[in-house]
Amino acid sequence: MSMKTSTRQVDGVTIVDCSGRITLGEGSVILRDTVRDLLGKGNKKILLNLGDVNYIDSSGIGELVSAYTTVKNQGGELKLLNLTKKVHDLLQITKLYTVFDVKDDETAAVKAFAK
Amino acid sequence: MSGHRVSYTLDSTLDTVNSAEEVASRIATEAGFEDEEVMKIAMAVREAAVNAVLHGNAYDPGKKVQFDFERTAQELVITIRDQGKGLDLNKVPDPLAPENLLKTSGRGIFLIRSFMDQVEINPSQTGTEIKLIKHVHGPSADGKEASQ
Repeated sequence: MSMKTSTRQVDGVTIVDCSGRITLGEGSVILRDTVRDLLGKGNKKILLNLGDVNYIDSSGIGELVSAYTTVKNQGGELKLLNLTKKVHDLLQITKLYTVFDVKDDETAAVKAFAK
Repeated sequence: MSGHRVSYTLDSTLDTVNSAEEVASRIATEAGFEDEEVMKIAMAVREAAVNAVLHGNAYDPGKKVQFDFERTAQELVITIRDQGKGLDLNKVPDPLAPENLLKTSGRGIFLIRSFMDQVEINPSQTGTEIKLIKHVHGPSADGKEASQ
């Protein structure tokens, strides 16, 4: 299953619902383009909902890091929501779990963004 | 699990990466590994295939990637060979070092080593061979790498 994204706005935060695989090739490109488009439109509070992302490889991890640093460098915030066990474990072993702001409750995550 | 060996020689394309992952998943499942282990084996093979296609052969249509899957009663051994210039292990960064945490690449070999029981990497001027070993009865007791 390839990667799909859809976006919605909640209290000034753009939530990106992701599903499928974030892997080398199409999946990584879709994530990159989505984040780039949002930043281009001035949406700098981004919550990536990864609840339906069942697989991610090292390229996908790199793309998440790239998204995080790109948003941060533009004065924005990017947080992660609803990690599956696989993605959670990957972020743990790569020591990125503490780099990303990871949430498991959407309402609390939206409130956690700077006003 | 009786001894069984299959080999594939594939092009240096993204399709090869996906195919290698699928084949690894199927063979690991048939070998009786549990779902969690199957996922780890398939991911390690995917990462090794990415290295071979992308960094080794650099998508060169004239270069191939060879995959050997060998099952024995004790282990599953997967060998992947590319035809690139040979991986320089001294240039593989530690992705867990604080200065590398926010790098967007360089985690493939780390993940391979994390997911397999034994990993042997043998670079040469005619390409890199990486051997991935998963023991049938859980991880080895002492260390993950036999040699490099």
